[in-house]
Amino acid sequence: MFKWLEKNLPKIVLAPSVGLISWFVYGFVLWTFYISFTNSKILPKYELWGVGQYVKLWKTHKWLIAVDNLLIFTVLFLVICTVIGVVLAIFLDQKIRAEGVLRTIYLYPMALSFIVTGTAWKWILNPTLGIQKLFIDMGFENFTFDWLVNRDMAIYTIVIAGVWQSSGFVMALFLAGLRSIEDEIVKAAKIDGANLFTLYWKILIPMMRPVFFTSFVILVHISIKSYDLIVALTQGGPGISTTMPALFMTQTAFHKSQVALSAASAIMMFMAVAAVIIPYLYSELRRENVS
Amino acid sequence: MKKILITLIVFALAPSISLAGPKIEVLHWWTSGGEAAALKVLKDDFAANGGEWLDMPVTGGGGDAANVTLKARIVAGDPPSASQIKGPTIQEYDQEGVVAPYHIDEIAQAEGWDNLLDPMIAAVHKCQNNSGPYCAAPVNIHRIDWIWANKEVFDNNGLSMPTTWDELNAAADTLKAAGIIPFAHGGQPWQDATVFEAVAMGLGGNNYYKNCYVKLQENCLRSETTVKVFDQMRKLQSYTDEGSPGRDWNVATGMVIEGKAGFQIMGDWAKGEFTAAGKSPGWDYFCSPTPSNNGYLYNVDSFIFYKTTDPDKVAGQKLLAKLMMGKNFQKVFNLYKGSIPARLDVPMDEFDDCAKKSNADIKTAGEKGGLLPSFAHGMAQGNTIKAALQDVITEHFNSDMSSVDAANALADTVLANM
Repeated sequence: MFKWLEKNLPKIVLAPSVGLISWFVYGFVLWTFYISFTNSKILPKYELWGVGQYVKLWKTHKWLIAVDNLLIFTVLFLVICTVIGVVLAIFLDQKIRAEGVLRTIYLYPMALSFIVTGTAWKWILNPTLGIQKLFIDMGFENFTFDWLVNRDMAIYTIVIAGVWQSSGFVMALFLAGLRSIEDEIVKAAKIDGANLFTLYWKILIPMMRPVFFTSFVILVHISIKSYDLIVALTQGGPGISTTMPALFMTQTAFHKSQVALSAASAIMMFMAVAAVIIPYLYSELRRENVS
Repeated sequence: MKKILITLIVFALAPSISLAGPKIEVLHWWTSGGEAAALKVLKDDFAANGGEWLDMPVTGGGGDAANVTLKARIVAGDPPSASQIKGPTIQEYDQEGVVAPYHIDEIAQAEGWDNLLDPMIAAVHKCQNNSGPYCAAPVNIHRIDWIWANKEVFDNNGLSMPTTWDELNAAADTLKAAGIIPFAHGGQPWQDATVFEAVAMGLGGNNYYKNCYVKLQENCLRSETTVKVFDQMRKLQSYTDEGSPGRDWNVATGMVIEGKAGFQIMGDWAKGEFTAAGKSPGWDYFCSPTPSNNGYLYNVDSFIFYKTTDPDKVAGQKLLAKLMMGKNFQKVFNLYKGSIPARLDVPMDEFDDCAKKSNADIKTAGEKGGLLPSFAHGMAQGNTIKAALQDVITEHFNSDMSSVDAANALADTVLANM
């Protein structure tokens, strides 16, 4: 009896969590999938209706704007976060004196919720309250920085706020990666005559491929899910120019009384995330099997 | 040990020994200052009549969070006894079958609501396509189409309240030349839509408004008149300041109160801001309807009563409906809220000049066919169409979209969402 318990104890302890997650996460994902094939308006209905919601979704102007914005935001967010993260990590890796303090300062923004980040940046970027006003008061009378209220440029302000929040996290990942490289490799490279730039560019960065993958996956999923940042910073405005899929989904379900259309948009977001995660998982598992 | 067990059992059973009597569970979003004070009047009234009020407030201005909570409870099969609601949504929930049987119709017939309410407003509160039994009760009437202006700013620039849209544009030009922000506006989609519908009714006329935004006729939406309305919106946009996008409505009202801006176009809840700042109409600020031909855009706050079988809750629903339409409650509530009573026979002596004007105008508008439901505030259409119209209006206001494109987009989105 005890032997059986001992062998299966881990499974028993994990079972409630697995059960809850299977039901509340995956079960409800399936529910959303089902609802996206119905014609639910204000409340969910359960009669199947066909793929009409998906057809309607891709004809909806607001959704097309949201997808556009998602692509712009994800690409810029990913690239700029990674570049800043790597550069900061390399600088911090130089065994400088105030490393602990600087590391904490760069990592702090991550401790804030996106709502706080969004609200603070909303004030900073507001032309009548923030940066533009500061420069005008200082004497540069023709200075303009009104991206926040300009419908073509507002999406880039979201990139600014998002990058500020998440670069520290990428930096921390890369710093850990750099630190885990054995000293021998660095010494060997220095003996071979590599200067600092070549050392990093040709040797250490390529060795950190796994860290690139990890940060890529995490940043993409943050980007696809981003909702609170948009709500706090621009509320989807000016007009509807900074709508993103998560915001579209919430607004459609609760303000437009179109639950099924919103479910369809949620499934599209799910598939976008799956398209990123599944190849990553596959490559990780394959590597495990090989090794 | 036995004593402890018995004590525990008694305590466990105690809550279920509650008093039988009218009970009501009310879901609402009136949590800020004036609104909460107004609702307290109803709560006290209900308690004074022997009822038990279970409050379910959910903060969030337009009721967004409250609506989510409401839907969750309806899907779970446990709706509250009553909830705050707006016009067409009453019919939407009725079609889902969560409102029948219509307990409060008994009270409505006994008290003669048909004679106490304007027929258009009474119809909004009847289920089964606006012609069956009463299933909801109105507490007030808000008027949307007001201009609120700072008296000092207007006097200093030799301006009087405009009676036509051209006069309004001329006044704005004068203010702009004098270096004052003419039009204080909060750049949020619902505020853009609020201004749009005032312009549509004023420039296009009452019949235009009815055909386009109540009946959703395609050729009306694509017409030259719609193009003119969008042109006027473009003009109004040129009178706003840079900080306008995303601004809250009360911050814009604050700009008018402080004299930083000339005027704001907003519903009568803006009056509450002036009152809270100690300003009085005629002395510190002017209130006048936006230029129109006896038009009056209305928005009614109502409470809907859901399906329930618990006899205490049914009694509670009937009591609440009766109290809500009572003369005293309608007067006191609206004094706090800034709107006017829905009930036609409430004496208006204690109300201020703006409310008195509103009360007089609604009777005239009703007679002349100008009493129109606001679409921006969910009275003329359900949420889907309202949101669709709003998206086009706000996109036009915040971009350089042409008026012709906007008019066509308006018609297209209505067709796509019918």
